[in-house]
Amino acid sequence: MKVQERVRGFILEYFYVSDPAELTDEISLIDSGYVDSTGMLEIILFLEGEYGFHIEDQETIPENLETISRIAAFVARKQLSAAG
Amino acid sequence: MCGIVGSVALVDGMPPPALEDLVAMIGALRHRGPDEFGAYRDRRAGLAHARLSIIDLATGQQPLANETGSLWVIFNGEIYNYLELRSELETLGHRFHTKSDTEVIVHAFEQWGPDAFRRFNGQFAIALWDAEAGTLVLARDRLGVRPLYLCEHAGRLWFASEVKAIFAGDPTIPRGLDPLGLAETFTFWTTAAPQTVFAGVTELEPGHVRTISRGCVEDRAFWEPRYPVDGRAMFRGTPQEAAEQVRDRLEESVRLRMLRADVPVGCYLSGGLDSSLVAALGRRVKGERFCTYSIRFEDAEYDETPFQRTMAAFIESDHREIMVRRRDIAEVFPDVVQHAERPLLRTAPAPLYLLSRLVRGSGIKVVLTGEGADEMFAGYDLFREAKVRRFWGRQPDSTIRPRLLDRLYPYLARSPVAQRTMAREFFGRGREQWAEPGFSHQTRWQPAAALQRLFAADLRRDASRVDVAERLLASLPGEFGRWPHLAQDQYLEVRTLLSGYLLSAQGDRMLMAHSVEGRFPFLDVDLVELANSLPPSYKLRGLDEKHVLKRAATGLVPDEIIRRPKQPYRAPDALSFIGPEAPDWVADVMSERALTDSGVFDPAAVGRLWRKCRSHPASEQFSNADNMALVGVLSTGLLFEQLVRRAPDRSATIEFQTVVDRLPTRESGDALARGTREMRTT
Repeated sequence: MKVQERVRGFILEYFYVSDPAELTDEISLIDSGYVDSTGMLEIILFLEGEYGFHIEDQETIPENLETISRIAAFVARKQLSAAG
Repeated sequence: MCGIVGSVALVDGMPPPALEDLVAMIGALRHRGPDEFGAYRDRRAGLAHARLSIIDLATGQQPLANETGSLWVIFNGEIYNYLELRSELETLGHRFHTKSDTEVIVHAFEQWGPDAFRRFNGQFAIALWDAEAGTLVLARDRLGVRPLYLCEHAGRLWFASEVKAIFAGDPTIPRGLDPLGLAETFTFWTTAAPQTVFAGVTELEPGHVRTISRGCVEDRAFWEPRYPVDGRAMFRGTPQEAAEQVRDRLEESVRLRMLRADVPVGCYLSGGLDSSLVAALGRRVKGERFCTYSIRFEDAEYDETPFQRTMAAFIESDHREIMVRRRDIAEVFPDVVQHAERPLLRTAPAPLYLLSRLVRGSGIKVVLTGEGADEMFAGYDLFREAKVRRFWGRQPDSTIRPRLLDRLYPYLARSPVAQRTMAREFFGRGREQWAEPGFSHQTRWQPAAALQRLFAADLRRDASRVDVAERLLASLPGEFGRWPHLAQDQYLEVRTLLSGYLLSAQGDRMLMAHSVEGRFPFLDVDLVELANSLPPSYKLRGLDEKHVLKRAATGLVPDEIIRRPKQPYRAPDALSFIGPEAPDWVADVMSERALTDSGVFDPAAVGRLWRKCRSHPASEQFSNADNMALVGVLSTGLLFEQLVRRAPDRSATIEFQTVVDRLPTRESGDALARGTREMRTT
């Protein structure tokens, strides 16, 4: 499954979203209110468990985690650097 | 305290009010006033009253009239300055037959008309019926301590202290939850009057008087919170002088509330500054011991026992405690919602429901509490948070200013970096708009509104027709923007959470559920106006909350209570409803059938929430969002079942001590035969 879909599936379930159509790749997870600061920890734990890498403190910034597409790009970069 | 109900024909040609409807209405409010019942009826209007006797036990019965019997009153509350008003009215030629504060209302209204309410220092919901003019006047105290709901249906206006009485009065009134009422609840944590959560039912706004005569309705404010405009009319003295004046006014306020009662008065002790100060002053004005009451929690996180006991020992009170466990909260929650008559996002009312039961069981029916101090003297974290966020917003790119957030919320400094980073993102969002109205409350309103994602699609569509936050901000007083920022934040807090939730869902309803009257010294009008006139820095000095109040308490309250960090009153929320001890009703309310019936929430989304909550370890705290989501879903489900789906209970039997029936004999004879088998006139 594509990273986008796996992350989306997790957020749908974990943050009890009623209308999946709303959860686009570009919607801000924080501005939309789906994810609060505690919730972001859950997303980080999910990513670490799912993809087997460690997310450094300095990587926990909105540029990496604010939207599903940014998360997907971030995961891709992490996987690439692990492979390289 | 008491309960009041009534109905008035709004058009000609209506049948007279049926006595059995009045019986059903007042029967639904028996808990508010179990001591005595009274009713009045003529061709157009019916009024009834359930009395909790506190002042003038012998002759204070209602309904009560003026000398000529043309003006009738029913009244829920207390007018603390009634003795002063009475002597003023006697000088003006009015003659009194009772020793009650109720009779003062009638004569004050005769003398001053709707301006009379401005002269009342107290907490009240009043209905005055001028039978000759055919005019109904409804009034409610300045901050909404006492409730009053209205509903127009089929040519008649129905009004009552609680919504359930309106529904009982006429079971044909359509009952349903209002989309905008739900949207407000899932934004402000409450509705803001006149909005309620029931379609077609409104709430008289605090500080308002409404006059209803044939075909004509006039609604106006007799009082509104006011703060210094452009720095004018600001208190000029030093902080120490302010503290002395605050202490004097508060003492006078406590004196009126402690001594103007013909029954013993007790006091709540939370362990915090506000109720401790009230109790200390109570001891001083009373000059002897009295009863105090406290909530303890089995969960140490919420418990304040040591501070409560320190204070009780300090004033040598006759102290009683109740220990609250998670399962106690879950057990009484359906009753709590039944009394609160609104969705709740917190369980905090439940322990207060248990506490009033303890009070009543100990034989006391009036208590003082510290409610209102946090709003009037800036005690909440929200005010400190807004100050930090505005400070940051003035230099939005500063990396140093947001560090103040760690001082505000020390847990952040101990949190994982990811959480700190995201917390900064959260608190800093929109900081460029720091000067805009409502800036302070965005951090509360947005996360709550995000929970509307749980709404069913139809409700979501209906609820999104109006932006309720914008609607509230559009209704602000014209001077709002010229008040100090802290005053703006306080005003919004008073208008939403104090009146709509703290005084009602957590206050009046939980107290009255067990026939206990609450009195709130911090809401005395003179004290409120003094507090509102103070410079912001006297209330919030740096980040030191309630600064002037702490000064006022020095020497009266032990230093360890004055200096302790403020602990918000909270109770276990979602944690109360998970695990093997959860009562059966929880599964019923979460069932797909119940969710589909009410149509409020999307069953699939609630299913996800419920799965998440049930897999949550009972040893770990839920996130704020999960707490509000679960408690909100459960309480809304209970509310729908109890007040919407279920037919109103009209089975009450009431024995009236006072009945004034002014219908011609033949008609009233019929009505009496039908509806008053259990009624007895004296």
